[in-house]
Amino acid sequence: MRTLWRCIRMQNRIFWRTPVAAFFTLVFPILMLVLFTAIFGNDAFDTVYGRVKSSQFYTPGLAVFAAASSTYTGIGINLASRRELGILKRVRGTPLPPWAYLGGVVLSAVWIAALGVVAMVVLGVAAYGVNVEAAKVPAMVVTFAVGSASFAALGLALASVARSVAMAVPTANATLLPLAFISNIFVPFGTETPAWLDLLGNIFPLKHFGLAFGEAMNPFSDAPAFEWHRLGVLLLWLAVGAAVAAWKFSWEPPVVSGRSSRRRRTQPAPA
Amino acid sequence: MSPAVAVSDLVKDYGAVRAVDGVSFEVKRGEVFALLGPNGAGKSTIVEILEGHRTRTSGTALVLDTDPSSAGASFRDRIGIVLQSSGIDPELTAREAVDYYGAAYSRRVPTDELIELVELGEKADARISTLSGGQQRRIDMALGLVGDPDVVFLDEPTTGFDPAARRRGWELVERLASEQRAVLLTTHYLDEAEHLADRVAVLAQGRIVAEGTPAELRARAGSALIRFAVPDRAEPVSDLLAPVSGDIVGRGRHVEITTDTPTADLAQITGWAAERGFELEGLTVTTPSLEDVYLSLVADDGDDDGQVPDDGDSRT
Repeated sequence: MRTLWRCIRMQNRIFWRTPVAAFFTLVFPILMLVLFTAIFGNDAFDTVYGRVKSSQFYTPGLAVFAAASSTYTGIGINLASRRELGILKRVRGTPLPPWAYLGGVVLSAVWIAALGVVAMVVLGVAAYGVNVEAAKVPAMVVTFAVGSASFAALGLALASVARSVAMAVPTANATLLPLAFISNIFVPFGTETPAWLDLLGNIFPLKHFGLAFGEAMNPFSDAPAFEWHRLGVLLLWLAVGAAVAAWKFSWEPPVVSGRSSRRRRTQPAPA
Repeated sequence: MSPAVAVSDLVKDYGAVRAVDGVSFEVKRGEVFALLGPNGAGKSTIVEILEGHRTRTSGTALVLDTDPSSAGASFRDRIGIVLQSSGIDPELTAREAVDYYGAAYSRRVPTDELIELVELGEKADARISTLSGGQQRRIDMALGLVGDPDVVFLDEPTTGFDPAARRRGWELVERLASEQRAVLLTTHYLDEAEHLADRVAVLAQGRIVAEGTPAELRARAGSALIRFAVPDRAEPVSDLLAPVSGDIVGRGRHVEITTDTPTADLAQITGWAAERGFELEGLTVTTPSLEDVYLSLVADDGDDDGQVPDDGDSRT
């Protein structure tokens, strides 16, 4: 347990020393809340939650987006880069248990995700008067936990499928960003949304994560506001991500045209 | 006491390619054993099998009486690995990295002691991303030794070191052996092997083509090497060289003779030149270096100019 704790702290330290990761995971979603509310105003409009203020619509969606970025994109890129640097290989040569290292990566990302979600919700409540009710906070917490776990598993799957950082970054963005558009995150879905887009969004986990979290913050929902069927879909995706990771994950650096890419080391003298 | 490393008839196939082809050797405690060979000869594959990073196709490989392919944390607690291809988190400082990785070992060397041992001193609290290749290599060394290992695997340990740092690196390796650790060294530097290794195995195309102490290997190449160049105006040297007993390598005007009878051969050569009244340029008689022997051993290893990519040998 102490080993795991050490691994989490080390990953947190690495995260805070990577400003670009901190910006895209924490600052960027908050910036979107501020911008969306500034551009569209904070007036009430029709959403899947009923007629609510635009901040009431955007806050849970962007909170979930921040959580998914931290876990899915964050873990995927982090592990792909650690593997490319040969750090995962180093870990495998030490008595440090692999589960503790991976656990550190995952739980650190979940911790950062929690910070992102709390920051988003606090800003929503304080600046825009977003609704949060004590009776529904358990549903928020459970939804966050299940959703983050699901996207963390998908992040492990991403790091398993994308062998290099050069593949992991575009793969993460090309999957999560379009998904956010069809998952009621950036753009509110209404009755006029084409059925196929609705269906497409329903297949993937982001929409369920967003709607379950949004329902727990929805002023019209009844406590405790658990969306069990959406949590079920998230758990299904968790299983898919974990299965892909278990099947494909590698600790060995990728070999690029006969040689692994290295960030350092001078050329050895030819024998 | 059984040897720290015992390899017997080790074979590793990558698909149809046999990277390691029936290799056997032992490394005792307190001994530095060097694996030499061109890229692609199978050095790194052997070492990675012994470290538990790769599985073998057949044969036996025992490290501390343990099969590395199925060994767990308690095995890795006793070995130290300094690989070329394993990086360090660039966001951390050397001290943090040593603390982090060191905490996993049961017999850990104090961080300050290690920082001093690898002479990182004032750089210990700088981010690793800001350090030079040689400084990063020293952190690799520190991380390999942090668990007070019984067996140390050193893959090109001094690559990127300046000459002075290299000498100090050698002292460190000698100290490891004097502390009764077994050291398995792979290197491209022949002088490094000659200086450090108690025994050397030369690998070519997955096989050991020679094994022995550096002195024994040198002896294989004869007791002396005569080198000189004949002047441009001299006649063809074939009549000169006909009675010479040793192995002759001629490159234009430049001649190299490896011989067990340097006195007789030298008399023949100098007599020939004196008769014709000219000087032999750069005439030297030397003991062959390990490098001379090495180059002759791997000379038939056709594809090798040090640039051939392979299964993971010598990643750069």
